[in-house]
Amino acid sequence: MEGVSVNYYIGLSAILFIIGVLGVLVRRNALVIFMSIELMLNAANLAFVAFSSVNNSLDGQIFVFFIMTVAAAEVAVGLALIVAIFRTKKSIDVDQINLLKG
Amino acid sequence: MNQADFQTLLPVIVLTVWAALLLIVDLFIDKEKKGITAILAAVGLALTMGISLSQTGQTSLGFSEMVVLDGFSTFVSILLLFSGLMGISIAYGYLKRMGIERGEYYSLILFSIVGMMLMTQAADLIVVFIALELLSIPLYVLAAFANTNASSEESGIKYFLLGAFSGSFVVYGIALVFGATGTTAIAGIAATAAAGTANVPLMLAGSALILVGFGFKVAAVPFQMWTPDVYQGAPTSVTAFMAAGAKIAGFAALMRVFSTAFPSIATDLTPVLAVLAALTMIVGNVAAIAQKNIKRMLAYSSIAHAGYILMAFVAFGNPALVDDAISAAIFYLVAYAVTNFGSWAIVISLEEKEGKGLALDDYAGLWRSNPLMAVAMAVFMLSLTGIPPTLGLIGKIYLFRVVVEGGFIWLAIIGVLTSLISAFYYLRLIVIMFMKDGEPKTTPEGWLDLTWGAMAIATVVFSFIPMSLFAWASEALMK
Repeated sequence: MEGVSVNYYIGLSAILFIIGVLGVLVRRNALVIFMSIELMLNAANLAFVAFSSVNNSLDGQIFVFFIMTVAAAEVAVGLALIVAIFRTKKSIDVDQINLLKG
Repeated sequence: MNQADFQTLLPVIVLTVWAALLLIVDLFIDKEKKGITAILAAVGLALTMGISLSQTGQTSLGFSEMVVLDGFSTFVSILLLFSGLMGISIAYGYLKRMGIERGEYYSLILFSIVGMMLMTQAADLIVVFIALELLSIPLYVLAAFANTNASSEESGIKYFLLGAFSGSFVVYGIALVFGATGTTAIAGIAATAAAGTANVPLMLAGSALILVGFGFKVAAVPFQMWTPDVYQGAPTSVTAFMAAGAKIAGFAALMRVFSTAFPSIATDLTPVLAVLAALTMIVGNVAAIAQKNIKRMLAYSSIAHAGYILMAFVAFGNPALVDDAISAAIFYLVAYAVTNFGSWAIVISLEEKEGKGLALDDYAGLWRSNPLMAVAMAVFMLSLTGIPPTLGLIGKIYLFRVVVEGGFIWLAIIGVLTSLISAFYYLRLIVIMFMKDGEPKTTPEGWLDLTWGAMAIATVVFSFIPMSLFAWASEALMK
């Protein structure tokens, strides 16, 4: 960790996480929302790797592999759902996915 | 993998293998005979339940202390397996009737239960995260199972986007806790905090994010907005399973993580939990009054019940009370699961194709056309309100006792007042069933009728012998 203090990595991961949260809350396209969620997961990955190096423990790096695997499984299901809803509705705008309310 | 590892995770291993094999076996089963798949899945659940029962009283750690077997995990696992059996018995005829009978339904249920059971056994935050995703991903698919039906797909995508969103909160929270303590082992976190070497602000931030993530999963206010939509759109058999299973697993994880890892920051977290519990009870019960659709009404009722269970968490940092609080919460989860499956089974019985038969007014005249079913539904509504002689009342008494002993009298008062509010919409359904005229059509189905009948009897009978059930729940401790 010569040169760049680990705090910068943590700061960057926090910024990425917040961008992801804002993306989920602000954007209306299901795919973009999903990409923002992936950004949040990757922010966590960065935090894990950085903390792993601070704490001198490999646990965090192992965790990153698990997160990547689970994210891949989530992509498989998520994209399938988005494709299915696009076929029915011809749109993936979450404002138009509004049959259920009350 | 040595003997102890294998022993610790045996039920989970058996069920995983069974679910994977079922996926293959199902390929060779005729489209017209998917009932065989259902029976095979139920056999797998029963077998796993047998193994879990035989492990009662055992405690061990496995896989480098990543998973733990103790009274708590065994008890909650048995409750989850019971939920799985109920979930299959109410789905059996319903899927056929709705024209969505496909074999993978049952494998997905089994995989989801594997995730839930792993969640109760987690001794490391890595396992908590993997179990969370393993239980959620099959549920996303199940919610959208009535594919090409627009509301089921909508329910699936809403559940997926908010589930994945909340999952990333949990992950980031775990990252911060890892940064604060240098370990992801739940016991290790507590040890570091006790030794005073943890970074407390970072740990608080991490635990708050984990709480947000699980708040979504158990549908606590202000993270509840997905619940009514998802519950309404998903096939009703999935809704019933989701309402019981996901809630039990979510609360099991919260209990494990908060009472083991975070007692040191309890003074900061307790007021937050108390406010969350109060808001959840108020919003759930008040919003339920306005509902005309029974699925939405029960969805808001499930939010309200999450609030009651959250009340038990205000005592998690108090060493004298934590055991009582956990037993009370588990007892309430048992009562909730029993009542939940009974009432959803009756909803399924009245439901017709294309979402008909789900309005509250469709229940008018049920007393004339099917008196037994009307009485059973009345029992479930009384139990959800907390009126004797039902299990729901006993569950509430235990919860309120813990809250009062924990010194949160204002919270107990809010709990009682919101129970009174809830009486309005639960009793309204009873009035509709018994006093109004109508011709509701019910579908006679062996397994379905058995489910609501048995649940109604259990709701009443167990309320007369609550001590034996509570004694059993009290043995479910984390040692």
